[in-house]
Amino acid sequence: MDFLIFKAPILMVQASLDGILLGILFALIAYGMALQWGVMNIINIAQGDLVILGGYIAYTMYLAGIHPAWGVIVSPIIMFFVGWALYKLVINKVVDRDLFISILATFGIAIIFQQLMNFIFGADVVVAQSEYGTTMLFDNSVTLPNSKIFSAVVSILYAIALVIYMKKSRLGRAIRATAQNARAAKILGVDTEKVYAATFGINAALCGIAGALIAITLTLHPYVGLPYTVRSFMIVIVAGLGNLPAVAISGMGLGLFEEFADYILGTEFRIGAVFMLLVFILVYRRFKLSKKREYLK
Amino acid sequence: MDKVKQKDLILYSGLIILGLAAPFLFPGFKVQLTILCVLIVLAMTWNLQGGEMGYNTFGNILFYGLGMYLTASVQVGMFFPLAEWTESGGEKTFVHTTSQYFQGMGVGLLVAALVPTVIAGAIGYAILGLRGHYFAICTLGLGIAAGEIAGGIEIIGAGQGFTTPPFPKDIVDPGARGDFFYFLSFVLLIGTFVFIKWIYGSRFKLILNAIRDNEDKAEAMGIQTMKYKIVGWMVSAFFAGLAGGIMGGLIGYIDSTDVAFDGREMGVFMVLMAILGGKGTLWGPVIGATLFHFLKEGFWTLILGWQYVALGVLIVVIVIYFPEGLMGWLREKYPERFGEVIDEKDRKAQVELK
Repeated sequence: MDFLIFKAPILMVQASLDGILLGILFALIAYGMALQWGVMNIINIAQGDLVILGGYIAYTMYLAGIHPAWGVIVSPIIMFFVGWALYKLVINKVVDRDLFISILATFGIAIIFQQLMNFIFGADVVVAQSEYGTTMLFDNSVTLPNSKIFSAVVSILYAIALVIYMKKSRLGRAIRATAQNARAAKILGVDTEKVYAATFGINAALCGIAGALIAITLTLHPYVGLPYTVRSFMIVIVAGLGNLPAVAISGMGLGLFEEFADYILGTEFRIGAVFMLLVFILVYRRFKLSKKREYLK
Repeated sequence: MDKVKQKDLILYSGLIILGLAAPFLFPGFKVQLTILCVLIVLAMTWNLQGGEMGYNTFGNILFYGLGMYLTASVQVGMFFPLAEWTESGGEKTFVHTTSQYFQGMGVGLLVAALVPTVIAGAIGYAILGLRGHYFAICTLGLGIAAGEIAGGIEIIGAGQGFTTPPFPKDIVDPGARGDFFYFLSFVLLIGTFVFIKWIYGSRFKLILNAIRDNEDKAEAMGIQTMKYKIVGWMVSAFFAGLAGGIMGGLIGYIDSTDVAFDGREMGVFMVLMAILGGKGTLWGPVIGATLFHFLKEGFWTLILGWQYVALGVLIVVIVIYFPEGLMGWLREKYPERFGEVIDEKDRKAQVELK
């Protein structure tokens, strides 16, 4: 094996730490995906573009001279209303219909978002500098940007807050009831329309948080939304709907896979590897289920 | 019955004459007409999966892109070292003679038709076992992965693209290039149409419809659904590969994600065109592609810069408000024309139910 990563095992530590911290971020986006999929039965291709939009909100704050870390509070608030508006405009018309219609419609939304972001923020790759410095580990051979640690901590805090909110609050219970049986919930007086709008808003807010964190830790570009959609889709189909620990674990697994693929295959194949992994996971599950004469539902 | 056939004959011969005369009537629009032919072929082959079989694929772009790369690679590789060609930007160092160009194109198109067909057959068993939205997402991933991977391979130009051989300079007639590609794509269009029309009159189409309506029941009736799904995909791959090969020669430049595996444009266009015209009909994709091409070319220049926003809005509007397309709307309005007889009692019962 002629790969650098096998020659220098310390790189494995680097890749693992990077992967796990990144994976926590992915898990946050995937949780939003699972939420809307479970409650409203739609697949949102524009998920990644909501993330990027959230990132650009933090970036705008950075340009205005505010520290971009405040984006993790401002961005979800703005994105909640973006999500709510999006629901009222488009999503409410696709909720009860064929899943392919939701896929195509959100694909259209994704294209609109990409282009508008391209107009407003330009086609350059941008990053919001947090200036948090880096932590050196193992005799300075492993470098860990503090912004990545910050992003993982914020993601975990928000995830815990969301779980508690879903368990305890009235809206949280209404959302869970609608996910279990929308019709029954309606009969018992739950305003499902409002629940759907709130769900989509919460999902968009989660994307906003993740986006603000990505603006600090990674880079932003108007057209990189789709890989985030695919990553969250992948995590959800591996972990199942509404199983947060599994979402977190498979998110970290995906992060690890990506970092190692980056080292072994080269950075130019990184996104390609993510999409191939999606195909492999789906095909693997299909063969496993077909032994029982079932298929993915 | 005879009268209907006579009507069809007039329609088809009229269309063929129109197709043959088009490049002479509108010499300025030859490239657009060529693209129109390719778009119709792509929409018709997509319709075979999305419309007839109920498998909404985003993956047919895979065969289109493969065909494009294969034609160009074979055309170059038959006579010159491929790696040097792509490295030096091609045409500057090596020049195809007239006969080399056409020989290469012919063999290239043959390969571009066969290899995607074989690949569709090979991956079909794994991929077509997925259903519904899992199939859609999986094929979406497949198409984009192909683009990303092609963008990393050095020998086909990697990220900087691949210049296809230029049209031979010995042919002095300036219109020859346009005519050549137009008639090539027109022949492909006729071939595709005839083949798909033949499928529409066969048992094969009924089996595809059975799969769409209820796959489990079709299987229970003793139909080997997997076999038919794979064959259907192979048919699409065959024609999509050819379409890609022609398109690559026409554009003259292949980029991995913006031209060949262009899931963001062509990959969505084919879905949109079929839905716009009405999926699950023979003429729907043809009408949809023509209408879409006119709309696109008409508005693209007017709203330059905003075209993708317009495209996104168009997708959302079509999908939400006209999921049945133009043919579906016509069918609703004039069911008799489509050979449907509506029982008055039945209609009343339906109304009462509502």
